[in-house]
Amino acid sequence: MNGLSALLSLGALGLIFGLSLGVAAKKFAVERDPRVDEILAVLPGANCGACGYPGCSGLADAVVAGSAPVDACPVGKAPVAARVAEIMGVKLDSSAEPKYARVMCLGDRARAVELFEYRGIRDCRAAQLVGGGAKGCTYGCLGLGSCVNACQFGAMSMGDDGLPKVDDDLCTGCGKCVAACPRGIVQLRAKKDSVNVMCQSHARGPEVKKVCSIGCIGCGICAKNCPEKAITMVDSLAVIDNSKCTRCGICIAKCPAKCIIDYAKIEPALPVGAGCENLASCRGGEGGSQAAS
Amino acid sequence: MPRGSFRGGIHPPENKSSTSGLPIVAAQRPSKVVVLLNMGTGSALSSLVAKGDLVHKGQKIADPIGRFGVPSHSPVSGKVAAIGAVRTGLGTMDQAITIEPDGQDTLDESCVPVENADSLSPAEIVSIIREAGIVGMGGAQFPTHVKLTLPPNAKVDALLINGAECEPYLTADHRLMVERPEDVVRGTRILMKAIGVDRAVIGVEDNKPDAVEALQRAIASAAAAGTIDVVAVRTHYPQGSEKHLIKSVLGREVAPGCLPFSVGVVVNNVGTAVAVADRFDRGLPLIERVVTVTGSGVANPANIMMKVGTSAIELIEQCGGFVGDPGKIIFGGPMMGAAVPSAEAPTTRGTSGILVLDRAESRSFEPMPCIRCGRCVELCPMRLEPALLHQWSEARLWSEAEAYHALDCIECGVCSYECPSRRNLVQAIKYAKAEIGARRRAARERGDK
Repeated sequence: MNGLSALLSLGALGLIFGLSLGVAAKKFAVERDPRVDEILAVLPGANCGACGYPGCSGLADAVVAGSAPVDACPVGKAPVAARVAEIMGVKLDSSAEPKYARVMCLGDRARAVELFEYRGIRDCRAAQLVGGGAKGCTYGCLGLGSCVNACQFGAMSMGDDGLPKVDDDLCTGCGKCVAACPRGIVQLRAKKDSVNVMCQSHARGPEVKKVCSIGCIGCGICAKNCPEKAITMVDSLAVIDNSKCTRCGICIAKCPAKCIIDYAKIEPALPVGAGCENLASCRGGEGGSQAAS
Repeated sequence: MPRGSFRGGIHPPENKSSTSGLPIVAAQRPSKVVVLLNMGTGSALSSLVAKGDLVHKGQKIADPIGRFGVPSHSPVSGKVAAIGAVRTGLGTMDQAITIEPDGQDTLDESCVPVENADSLSPAEIVSIIREAGIVGMGGAQFPTHVKLTLPPNAKVDALLINGAECEPYLTADHRLMVERPEDVVRGTRILMKAIGVDRAVIGVEDNKPDAVEALQRAIASAAAAGTIDVVAVRTHYPQGSEKHLIKSVLGREVAPGCLPFSVGVVVNNVGTAVAVADRFDRGLPLIERVVTVTGSGVANPANIMMKVGTSAIELIEQCGGFVGDPGKIIFGGPMMGAAVPSAEAPTTRGTSGILVLDRAESRSFEPMPCIRCGRCVELCPMRLEPALLHQWSEARLWSEAEAYHALDCIECGVCSYECPSRRNLVQAIKYAKAEIGARRRAARERGDK
């Protein structure tokens, strides 16, 4: 008898709550734009925050709300942008080229002088606060890998020479490394803008020579010889205007310090190891970045 | 807790005996002096001279650009050899005026004693102190005139003169108190007038009884008994931190994020008091200071009255040069001082010591994981949790570090000194402080736009 009444009363309660929940769900249903979920499905899902929004869902909301452009995801680049544009029903301006991280310093262990032995926290920004960093050049790469640690995609690794290396296959151009570098050495460049002065030093020639054998000495020979007038001298540093550069290579040949490089013509920094179909799958496997480097 | 003390802190080996009995000696003529055009507190100066100019000792050669700066004066008479970037003791490349002394030490005509010192108004005294380039001599080089310019609603009833000198090795302030107690008292009286108080206390650690005695005699002979007191506080690091000295001497506690005037006190170093006396009685701006050159890597440690801007190596050579295998040169003391990147580094108005440590002595250890022993928490004189702050810093969680009061850290080094895992606690907290500061500045700039 007792068992039956318990069963009945609980059943009745369940029925009442179920019905009220059902009614509430219908009555107070929140209108959700179906495109948000569609875009979310297209986005990479890394929640890296490189777009400036809190994760991929934040960006999806912003795109639908119209406050972010359809190509705002720097990770997904053109393919994702095309699909988001399709969902949003807008036409994509396809002239934007993907950019890749470039380490604008060649002062490796063999070429750049270190003034003292730094033994503190292994982080460039922290090291910068201690005696300005160990490197004699106050503009050069400190080589402690803040950029490498900031990369969420395993595209950066610290080379044996003390300079970070970028794997273009994995680099999404998100710019996290750019923000992590205390000295502004990591910069984003499109593939075609491959000729660059790989030095950030505004120090005068003799000072550069004292601390680095491959730094820009500000001699201006490249600027004088550039047929396109694409190179300007900014406070003892040659700066190439990539939009004017035709990659003729004259500056590279003339530079006495050998600090101008055509990125497209140098060996890939991280060759694909044996047994790897491509770098991405190799990296994804056991051993992580160590396997490929 | 006994009077004259505070919670936390440590008592590291003092290592002061090699120089504490040595009288201050004059520095040999430097081959050059380097006057930095950056105050270290971020305020720059603009040069008033050009390359090739002849300058007199005490002549004003640079004026501050911002409100927080003070002018700089030439420590010697001679010729401006260069104006350009030099590597500072902090490792940065900063603009500086390099002067080659002519050995004459011709005093500039602007360097005359203040005649009517007793009839000046507080504002006039503060302006003379500012023009003399006087900054906090304890090491931070905070401009003294800013400390003395109180907000209108501040109620200050006491001046505290900091003679604690709690850093191991350093004896510069100690010798000043023993050899020139009259000037300490004289400077104290001028500073009292500048902030309008009739009570001052000189706090000295009780490991310097001779300094306490000398000051008491000077106070008696200046008929200042009753207005100026000397208090011997417990020898305990970081007694020389102004907040801790206030607690020890006056029993008042400064709230986090507040300045000493919030509890009615202004704190100045004994060296600053002497610099003030030098300006008023001898007409000299701040161009000289006492520096203790000491440590296991120096042949004959000494207290030297040096020209500001002399390079470390010249002072070390005056002390017989290096001995053994020097591993590290530190400006300041071993707890809070900073290792300099080169022996050529120029000294500044805040360089209280040049400590040369032997290579074996300056060895460091690979940090091990935190074992949660809590020593840092127990000993932190600011009652912070250094181990947690280190974690936030490592994870780059700056808002958490801020919420755990990273900005209250005085960087005394007690946590790093005591950590059994040899973790770089202070560096991690300094890093967090720098990042929090940068974030705040960025937020301010965004707000301005």
